[in-house]
Amino acid sequence: MKEAAGFHFKTYLLIAFIAVFAPLGNVLLGKGMQNVGSAKNWAPGEILQILERICSSGYIWLGIASLLTFFVAYMLVLTWADYSYVQPSSSLAYAVTGALSYLLLGETISPLRWLGIAVICVGVFVVGHTPPRTTERLQPS
Amino acid sequence: MREFLFLTLLVISGTGGELCVTHAMKKIGEVHDFHPLALVKFILRALRVGWMWLGIAMMAAAFFSLLAMLSFENVSFVVPVTALSYAAGAVGAAVFLRERISAQRWMGVAIVCVGVTIVWLSHR
Repeated sequence: MKEAAGFHFKTYLLIAFIAVFAPLGNVLLGKGMQNVGSAKNWAPGEILQILERICSSGYIWLGIASLLTFFVAYMLVLTWADYSYVQPSSSLAYAVTGALSYLLLGETISPLRWLGIAVICVGVFVVGHTPPRTTERLQPS
Repeated sequence: MREFLFLTLLVISGTGGELCVTHAMKKIGEVHDFHPLALVKFILRALRVGWMWLGIAMMAAAFFSLLAMLSFENVSFVVPVTALSYAAGAVGAAVFLRERISAQRWMGVAIVCVGVTIVWLSHR
């Protein structure tokens, strides 16, 4: 019983990490790409210039650091929980992304878009009430 | 059109990459020790698995597709529509990882997809 509680606690804790660092990373990347700008004709020379601007953007590097934190948490939780459980559960991050886009980037989000994000959250809630593991553990190689 | 192309590339390479990483993680086994040194050893062990590198390459392709989309669309549009990968992820997990996906999980994934559709419609 105690082991099961601990199992769920560590799963929820890492999913909370995923839900915070993934949206923060995406918002920082969005801010960085707003500054970098979009390619006009997608010529190789132009893409190289854009890559150079991407590499020199502080926001992009902060976004990458945040996403790396998310990735480590994601890798850890996948060692004991099903992919089909973790992936939808981590979609809580989509709601947080909407909020951060509005608060930090000042994006205008229409009621229809908020509705779509809310529906995604309902889907997450439904998935979150299924057992984290449905398969047998593989033997470590 | 270009947002659709980049979204397709993002979903396919992102989901494929995550399936490869998951397969690699399951081969390594469950983590019990969360000390920094143990975590470093765990990451080094993960990097010795071939599936991990294939997963990383596919996720890198997804990352650059994401950056391309973010250069011409809002974050509040781009990130929610990438939730389309739930459908691809559930199918991939059932087929390639042999995970048993319950009816309730399928329902949750379907609801998420409805949400993605609404967000896409909000763009028009």
